[in-house]
Amino acid sequence: MSAETVEKAIATKPAEALLSKRRKKLVSDPLVDENPITIQVLGICSALAVTTQMKPTLVMAISVIFVVVMSNLVISLMRNTIPSRVRIIVQLAVVATLVTLVSEVLKAFAYDMYKELSVFVGLIITNCIVMGRLEAFALGNKPYDSVLDGFGSALGYSWIILAVAFFRELLGSGAVFGLPVYESISSLFGPDFKLATNGLMVSPVGAFIILGLIIWVQRTKTGYVEH
Amino acid sequence: MDLFNLGIRSIFIDNMIFAYFLGMCSFLAVSKKVSTAIGLGAAVIFVLTVTVPVNWMLNEYVLKEGALSWVNAGLADIDLSFLRFIMFIAIIAAMVQLVEMVVEKFAPALYGALGIFLPLIAVNCAILGGSLFMAQRDYTLAESAVYGFGSGTGFCLAIVALAAIREKLKYSHVPNGLKGLGITMLLTGLMGMAFMSFMGIDL
Repeated sequence: MSAETVEKAIATKPAEALLSKRRKKLVSDPLVDENPITIQVLGICSALAVTTQMKPTLVMAISVIFVVVMSNLVISLMRNTIPSRVRIIVQLAVVATLVTLVSEVLKAFAYDMYKELSVFVGLIITNCIVMGRLEAFALGNKPYDSVLDGFGSALGYSWIILAVAFFRELLGSGAVFGLPVYESISSLFGPDFKLATNGLMVSPVGAFIILGLIIWVQRTKTGYVEH
Repeated sequence: MDLFNLGIRSIFIDNMIFAYFLGMCSFLAVSKKVSTAIGLGAAVIFVLTVTVPVNWMLNEYVLKEGALSWVNAGLADIDLSFLRFIMFIAIIAAMVQLVEMVVEKFAPALYGALGIFLPLIAVNCAILGGSLFMAQRDYTLAESAVYGFGSGTGFCLAIVALAAIREKLKYSHVPNGLKGLGITMLLTGLMGMAFMSFMGIDL
């Protein structure tokens, strides 16, 4: 977990705009400059496991957005009543409840997806982004700001895993969201032409390499250097 | 013999890191020095070996569908498996705390060596993942103990190997954007490729 300083609750005037500049920054910062995956190195565990195809990745991303936003909201509402010695247990309980909710909803309405994601829905509990945001932000800030902060971080996480999934599905299975892209391209060039898929991309190895390359590109653009 | 096979499988073929990406956060954060990597690896082996069988008992006698029938025949159709996540994580947090206290009391040297890694383990995905896989695959008690030990060993092996490589990597020129996390991901990919060669082994 990166040592991020706990932002002090800023005594805002009652008339602060619903989307003031500071609040916009809460959402936009984690997208690129403070991205949870590529810069802060959080939440990689689940980021890679589900990314062989776009569809489960999208479901995963939505689930994580829900869990991060809701847990940030709940913890922020309770922040003044939680004794700091037991805060980890309280946070785990809140997060585990929300994740159970997500998993039960998936089981009821999207059983195939539930089977496909299997244990990785449960592993959102131990996703470091969730705990990281609760510790670093929600414990010291007002509910609305915390929701925005959680939303930003979860979005930053989502676009990275969707990018990884896009390349893995395209190169590994020749498809995007299940649409057979390679097949339609090959058919343009006559019956003998066939684009080959790369089996390595479907295996875990592909995930590591794609993410490594995305991090390289992203860090080169932002100029962030790790020492 | 089946148990032995399961152990080998969980160490090499179903490796926590290279096959399921579990425990990546600490895998990346604590792999800068071999000595600390060994400390974390040992703690993970220890906690997984303890928590997976304990969670097995919890699952078998409390949470599973019909598990409560040993209390009263009337409770036979109760299914508490939706409580799995919250109970497993509670057990893990409690066990980590317990293990920490026991180690501190009876093996102060080991406690000093493990240091901050013990409490950190409660939020390591590999631990919760081990228990969830155990529940999903319907292991027996003996199997779950072997599985816990094996997958912990696999994690330890991977993190120590990566730490050894990263220690050597300090002396090489890496492009700026690739420093740190980037090169580590690529390295992990290459290591994963090496581990893939175990997949051909049919046990």
